[in-house]
Amino acid sequence: MTGHRVTRSDRQSTFGLAVSAVLLVVLVLLPWWDGDGSLRVPLVPILYYLALAQMWNLLAGFAGLVSIGQQMFVGIGVYTLLSFAEDFGVDPYLSVLLAGVVAAVLSLPVAALAFRLRGGYFAIGTWVIAEVFRLIALESGFLGGANVRTLTRESLGGYSVDTRNTVTYLMALGLAAGATAILVFVLRSRLGLALRSIRDNQEGARGLGVSVTRAKLVVWVISASWTGMTGAVILLHNPSTRAESAFSVLRWTALVVFIAIIGGVGSTTGPIIGVAIYWGVREFLEDADEWRFIILGLIAAAMAITAPRGVYGLLQKRWAVQFFPVRRRLVGPGIGGPAPGGQSQPAPDAGSTAR
Amino acid sequence: MTLLEVRGLDAGYGDFQALFGIDVDVAEGETLAMIGANGAGKTTFLRVLAGQVPTRAGSITFEGADIGAVRAHRRVGIGIALVPEGRKLFGSLTVRENLIIGAHPGRPGRWSLDTVLEVFPLIRPLLERPSHVLSGGEQQAVAIGRALMSNPRLILLDEVSLGLAPVVVKSLYEALPALSEGGATVLLVEQDIGQALSVASRVVCLLEGRVSLEGRPADLARSDITAAYFGMPATAGSEGPS
Amino acid sequence: MEWLNAVVQGIMLGGLFALFATGLSLAFGVMRFVNLAHGDLAILGAFVAVSVTSALGLNPFVSLVIVVPVMLAAGYGLQLGAFNFTVGADPLPSILVTFGLGVVIQNALLQTYSADSRGLDVGSIEVESIAITDAIAVGWIPLITLAVAITVLLGLQLMLSRTALGRAFRAVSDDPATARLMGINDRNLYAVAMGIAFATVAIAGVFLGIRQSFGPTDGPAQLLYAFEAVVIGGLGSVWGTLIGGLLLGVAHGIGGQVEVSYGYGSGPLLGHLVFLAVLATKPAGLLGRRTE
Repeated sequence: MTGHRVTRSDRQSTFGLAVSAVLLVVLVLLPWWDGDGSLRVPLVPILYYLALAQMWNLLAGFAGLVSIGQQMFVGIGVYTLLSFAEDFGVDPYLSVLLAGVVAAVLSLPVAALAFRLRGGYFAIGTWVIAEVFRLIALESGFLGGANVRTLTRESLGGYSVDTRNTVTYLMALGLAAGATAILVFVLRSRLGLALRSIRDNQEGARGLGVSVTRAKLVVWVISASWTGMTGAVILLHNPSTRAESAFSVLRWTALVVFIAIIGGVGSTTGPIIGVAIYWGVREFLEDADEWRFIILGLIAAAMAITAPRGVYGLLQKRWAVQFFPVRRRLVGPGIGGPAPGGQSQPAPDAGSTAR
Repeated sequence: MTLLEVRGLDAGYGDFQALFGIDVDVAEGETLAMIGANGAGKTTFLRVLAGQVPTRAGSITFEGADIGAVRAHRRVGIGIALVPEGRKLFGSLTVRENLIIGAHPGRPGRWSLDTVLEVFPLIRPLLERPSHVLSGGEQQAVAIGRALMSNPRLILLDEVSLGLAPVVVKSLYEALPALSEGGATVLLVEQDIGQALSVASRVVCLLEGRVSLEGRPADLARSDITAAYFGMPATAGSEGPS
Repeated sequence: MEWLNAVVQGIMLGGLFALFATGLSLAFGVMRFVNLAHGDLAILGAFVAVSVTSALGLNPFVSLVIVVPVMLAAGYGLQLGAFNFTVGADPLPSILVTFGLGVVIQNALLQTYSADSRGLDVGSIEVESIAITDAIAVGWIPLITLAVAITVLLGLQLMLSRTALGRAFRAVSDDPATARLMGINDRNLYAVAMGIAFATVAIAGVFLGIRQSFGPTDGPAQLLYAFEAVVIGGLGSVWGTLIGGLLLGVAHGIGGQVEVSYGYGSGPLLGHLVFLAVLATKPAGLLGRRTE
């Protein structure tokens, strides 16, 4: 007779991993048969939005840190790349990594201030700090003030257009896939367990010796760093910027939040679904920026009330799908897989449970 | 005359069912004590009557009308007031405000700030204090007074004695007859059997969410009560989920 | 002397910030609800006033008679129809709903009124002022704004401390489940609170529009100022909100003067920095009773 063991995967999630792996290989190989870049270039925004959405999801969906200040890390990434590549002549692709480092370092004092606030006030607090960064960028003569700044050909280091397109595409792909992988790894790690216990009961988690602040801080720095690198890649894709667009709350937080919410916050698959939906809406409303925000905003607000786990949550409710193996389950003789429809375990013994 | 008639009542929280097919009658003017061990479902029963916990099955008839669907904030208007477990005074209100907020415009009657203060004179010097500085006994007096302010037909008292010194409990229990004289029927929940039997005209004992005994204190043998309270060894633990 | 003038003008501006903060503070105090669309609602109120004044030929001050009840009803209805479903222990749904609403309002205003700046014209009083010294003059409009802010906050304080409605607000804030036992319909009370919050922020929006030009995307900045005034003053304190607003206003005044004198910085930047300094040193705010 075999004993019980804890498992995270089942046939479904193994299938999910296989599909993701095939998709990833196809996307990695894309530049070799997409000769003119007609597929690569338009895919880049989809990929960097996925990276941003996953990082916001990591904060809001798993660590209870609902940030409305993600634009600060995008902006930091943009201006770090500009400074290093344009002003100091550092290789632009190396500068992408440096953007991650700078964002991670700057995220520490931000956390020291913002972590003093909770819930909705944390959200506005991060927004205020993002504004401070935007205003500093506007004021700073070194960063270019209110002027448009462009990544020039010299600083791109003589790479050909085709190479640049390919590298930018692969970097965006790496950030998107990497962000998803980070989520999967974090959730499978001890940190993931700590976050889950914090989400369920902050006081209880503290009592069990989980350092709530440290767990949140680790996640915060990871998210800031990855978002910063994504910001740098956004600049590689679209080499002209100014403070207003680099630190835009609408582009780098509102849209990202909407994507995550509509797809499903608190799951690894949700933002992927969300970004696909966003792509559809974007194609449909190509030249109507305002309508795009109105429609996505209305859908997101309505979903936050009626379906807080997003489209993925609705799918899960219906078919009990799990794409990435992140949930721990006990399997063994006499214990079935997850009940269809997410049914809960039988009611505990009436006499043994405290009221 | 029956004031309250409960039939086949099931209730619980989430996956946990706390009450199974409860049948209880409360006659007008009586003082009914509900006793039982910790977790027997007494508090849940009172919270169901006050509308804080929904019923899953069964009926609650109050003054001849089915009130199962009446929402919590409307129950006080029909004459049911709960003195909740742990007193639950409003900490940012003064004692006077805590009492006044208990009054209901649709229910004038004998009880007012003055008459409540007559029953609980110890509150009078505390009226302007914030309620969170009061002692446990003082808080309990205010909580009972707050419920009286709505001139309830049925007053539900949850664990009046919990955490209080015996001398304080004694003085609170001495005030209970005044509640009945004021026209309220009293349903009190108590873990302290002796205290409950001293004031009750009738006793209902709950065991693991079911009525295990019912009767007048004088008619019940001590051993029966003990058995109903703790459960017979043969039946204990056999009440698992079906 | 110009620095003293900056402080005086800052105090006047602070009245407007306090007015913005009132509704945010009330909604948080009563139901721990943070409305991220608060600033956009102020701008919405100002645009409603634009439409009302141009359609009916009213003075913007008079248009308040229409704007305030409309916004009060909108707040009441929105709370009952949407926000109430997000009130609870998890702050995420309420943040998402109100953030989404703010973005929708902003873009709907852009669609309806275009991105152009607007103003509300109240006539010659706009340029009239009282000279205090040769170098310092206080405009009538900022003075009226400050007076209105103090009146609204005083009224709110009296309502909370003296009336049955205020008692119910405080009881629900303490413990909504027990408040229900007192016959209080907490959900309805939340809607009343949100109605009042919308009404006060609409007043703030109209005064903003009278004082300066505004556009559809100005809402978030007003939200941030309101939030900063609340946190600087201390959560759950009506007078703290006034003090917070005034202090923030002074920071804006001095920051603006720094910009004029030295060419660096700005009012909003110094305001944000003062807020962060208070957050770093006194996270409960200057008059705060509790941290949340």
